[in-house]
Amino acid sequence: MTIFNNILIYFVIIPLLTLGGLALCTNAGRGIRAIRAVAVTGATALVALAAYLVYYFVTARAAGVQDAMLLRSDVMWYEPFNIKLALGVDGVSVVMIALSAIIVFAGVFASWKMNPLPKQFFLWFFLLSTGVFGFFISIDLFTMFMFYEVALIPMYLLIGVWGSGNKTYSAMKLTLMLMGGSALLMLGIIGIYFHSAPEGSPLTMNILEIAEANAIPHSWQMYLFPLTFVGFGVLGAMFPFHTWSPDGHASAPTAVSMLHAGVLMKLGGYGCFRIAICLMPFAANELAWIFLLLTGISVVYGAFSACVQTDLKYINAYSSVSHCGMVLFAILMFNTTAMTGAVLQMLSHGLMTALFFALIGMIYGRTHTRDIQKMGGLMQIMPYLGVGYVIAGMASLGLPGLSGFVAEMTIFVGSFMHEDTFRRVLTIAGTSSIVITAVYILRVVGKLLFGPVVDEHHRQLTDATWEEKLSTATLIVCVAAIGCFPNFFVDIISGSFEPVVKALNAAM
Amino acid sequence: MDYSQFLMMPQEIGLLTVFLLVFLYDTFMPERSQRALPAFTAIIFGLFTALTMCPCLAEGGQAFGGMFEANGATWAIKLILSVGTFLVLLMATKWSNSEFISVRRGEFYELLLLTLFGMFLMVSARHFLLFVIGLETASLPIAALAAFEKRRYESHEAAAKYLFTAIFSSAILLMGISLVYGIGGTLYFNELAMAVALDRSALLITALAFVIAGVGFKLSLVPFHLWTADVYQGAPTAVTAYLSVISKGAAAFSFLIILAQVFGAAYSDVWQWMLYALIILTITIGNLFAMRQRNLKRFLAFSSISQAGYIMLGVIAGNAVGMASLMFYVLVYVFSNLAAFGVIMAVERESGKTTIDDYNGLFRTNPWLAFTMMLAMFSLGGIPPFAGFFSKFFIFVGACQTGSVAIYVLVFIALLNTIISLYYYLLVVKAMFISQDDCVVPAFKSACGERLAMVLCVLGIVFIGLASCLYAGLNEASAAAFPAF
Repeated sequence: MTIFNNILIYFVIIPLLTLGGLALCTNAGRGIRAIRAVAVTGATALVALAAYLVYYFVTARAAGVQDAMLLRSDVMWYEPFNIKLALGVDGVSVVMIALSAIIVFAGVFASWKMNPLPKQFFLWFFLLSTGVFGFFISIDLFTMFMFYEVALIPMYLLIGVWGSGNKTYSAMKLTLMLMGGSALLMLGIIGIYFHSAPEGSPLTMNILEIAEANAIPHSWQMYLFPLTFVGFGVLGAMFPFHTWSPDGHASAPTAVSMLHAGVLMKLGGYGCFRIAICLMPFAANELAWIFLLLTGISVVYGAFSACVQTDLKYINAYSSVSHCGMVLFAILMFNTTAMTGAVLQMLSHGLMTALFFALIGMIYGRTHTRDIQKMGGLMQIMPYLGVGYVIAGMASLGLPGLSGFVAEMTIFVGSFMHEDTFRRVLTIAGTSSIVITAVYILRVVGKLLFGPVVDEHHRQLTDATWEEKLSTATLIVCVAAIGCFPNFFVDIISGSFEPVVKALNAAM
Repeated sequence: MDYSQFLMMPQEIGLLTVFLLVFLYDTFMPERSQRALPAFTAIIFGLFTALTMCPCLAEGGQAFGGMFEANGATWAIKLILSVGTFLVLLMATKWSNSEFISVRRGEFYELLLLTLFGMFLMVSARHFLLFVIGLETASLPIAALAAFEKRRYESHEAAAKYLFTAIFSSAILLMGISLVYGIGGTLYFNELAMAVALDRSALLITALAFVIAGVGFKLSLVPFHLWTADVYQGAPTAVTAYLSVISKGAAAFSFLIILAQVFGAAYSDVWQWMLYALIILTITIGNLFAMRQRNLKRFLAFSSISQAGYIMLGVIAGNAVGMASLMFYVLVYVFSNLAAFGVIMAVERESGKTTIDDYNGLFRTNPWLAFTMMLAMFSLGGIPPFAGFFSKFFIFVGACQTGSVAIYVLVFIALLNTIISLYYYLLVVKAMFISQDDCVVPAFKSACGERLAMVLCVLGIVFIGLASCLYAGLNEASAAAFPAF
């Protein structure tokens, strides 16, 4: 089978093999060692494969390969509906795959001491990552959607069984809201499928062919665009569909928060771009203003909400709403600079939120509280975690040299390049979020790390263990790498946007 | 008479042979061998199912002057029904040897096989008379089966309710058919189609309403669903399982044939709008009531009402894709629902518990049962990569293929309803995996037959969707069958 010659398929096969390996392990006795060994092997293999993919992509582009998608392969799956297992990556998917691999890797180490039922936890964890990778490597509407839902449902049990606080409520709310989004999406996909090709030619689910044919009638685009954009927007925490995010993230166990905020929310942004905007440029132009307003509200509202929270996870969840809002906001600007910024922001937000959630989980595991009123002076007690938290905070508020600066700078410069007053005004409003971010980040850092020690019991606590150090160090290195060498990433990403921007301008 | 036309009905003849063998075994084998009757039935029925899988049977043809028709599509749906019945038989082995049932277990199997024979006739009928004979053969014995647990009061209640509903709905259906006969002067589907296409009469629309209502009772479409929950709860679980998947599948398929072939294009606007309203009501009300149920059998009753609404999407499509996805939906539904009923049956037999709260903490004591139940719930809720996702998607695509905006709206409503349904399916998952309880169902080993049936169901749930050849086969069969209308 030719499909096995394509390295992309191994991004799905490796997690599946890991699932199989985990299924053979047991929870009892020394089984936990085997579970860890299998999980680490799987995660490491994914990182190695992702690194190779980036290398392959960069060399191929340097060698002058100009195809829109590399590593293409098609296998017919459901012939009656022309559903194929179609694989292919462009720059955006490559960096997303790399991001996912890194966060899975860090997530495995962050859940090293997972208890109870570590085997089942890692089974669901790797099922979730199967969905994530499958989504990023597919270019067929049906398989994308299938993997998308595969990534959603494990959240229910991961939060419900291993979460904390009001976990059953949060798990149900999160699952139902995201599934609500995917219900809209399913209708959107069926609609796109039936209008995918001009009268007389065979219908297709392949997004490259649909984009090329550009045959969806304008009247249908006006319905299908909102369906798909909102469908993915729910996962991208677009206002007013963001309410699952704070509750869900607050209740989820550490590694799940990392993966969810770090990767899963990116599925939303990626899908909005890849399906809603690429396939329906006409409606994208016509309706962008509505979604610009909504995402603009997300950006500012999320930041303000974060200011008044006292639970560390809620602060970070609302800050995610704000930052993910920025992703969608920038994607809707329809120029290469802003869209490149959006992908950089996805990367940057993915890494730094994962870092945040990892650190919060580690602090919570020691202090058993996430309330910033009840903690203070932790920098004296656990300097490693403290420094990590400061770095994550600085990345979040956009300190140059770290990833946040690069991403936000690109986004706002790109957005302001528009001649349209409406967009410029929104951009100016959006930039205010940077200031607000600084407020809540500095407040937390000051209170949590540098104030006096609030609870004397905290003095007995220990600093990070080796696996926690490894987990956070990986993420910190990546955050710094994006901050210091942004051009490397920009070169990978930006090539993917030119045809899209051209199509969008043509449709205007 | 040309006896060679009986060769057109190999599946029916095979089934009758199985029936006769079971009957002979029951009558003539000594008492000490009777305990093996369930296993014997399951084995020869399994053999029969395996033999009819031979694709050479898909050819078919007409018999009895066109009253009976076999083609690829009827072969496939009969095969799906046989597979489902086989799973029910496997599950029932232990139950039918239990204390109060064992004296009458022969009757249980004979009646069950007879109803299946009736369904085969329904599916293949191309004449209203044969259809009604099939329908009655399929429904009346079920009343006896529902009353099988004589010592339980609910079992009697279920039987009485089922019997009255069955008779009442048959009366309505016959009324409709006699009106149709009055207009067309014939009961052959193809001749009727020509006769009614000539002019539109109000009488025929009335007849159509009667027919839809009559079959609607069998399918428990809202507002004809009131019997469902009580019957499902009261009947023995094996019978409930059979009732919820097999008879529903057969009725849905023949419903599609009647609507598409008899009332076909000429009246499609009328019956499509009738069905449109029924589907919305069925899916929504089934879902809303399912949310409030605590008894798992009642819960699955309402869930199966809403599932019937989804199946009807394949009927309203009225095209070959609709037919293929309807059959695929039934196939997936057989495996998913029977997996759930398998677990319910095992737990009920072992501990007598049937409410959702009783399942709290089941994962700790019986992880495999909990796992099976979870897969069943995910598949019923339409979560990939399990089969239910594929069947839902295809049935929606089939409906949307008609291209009308109204159908898109219908699909949208159905999709919103999947979220409600996911909520209550997740409640079961939550009970098993998340909730804690002091009096958990203790760990036990389920019976061999149950376990085998559940393993088959799990395999089906996992692989039916991923293996595209099944759907492709159904699609081919229905595409070949459809131009005949």
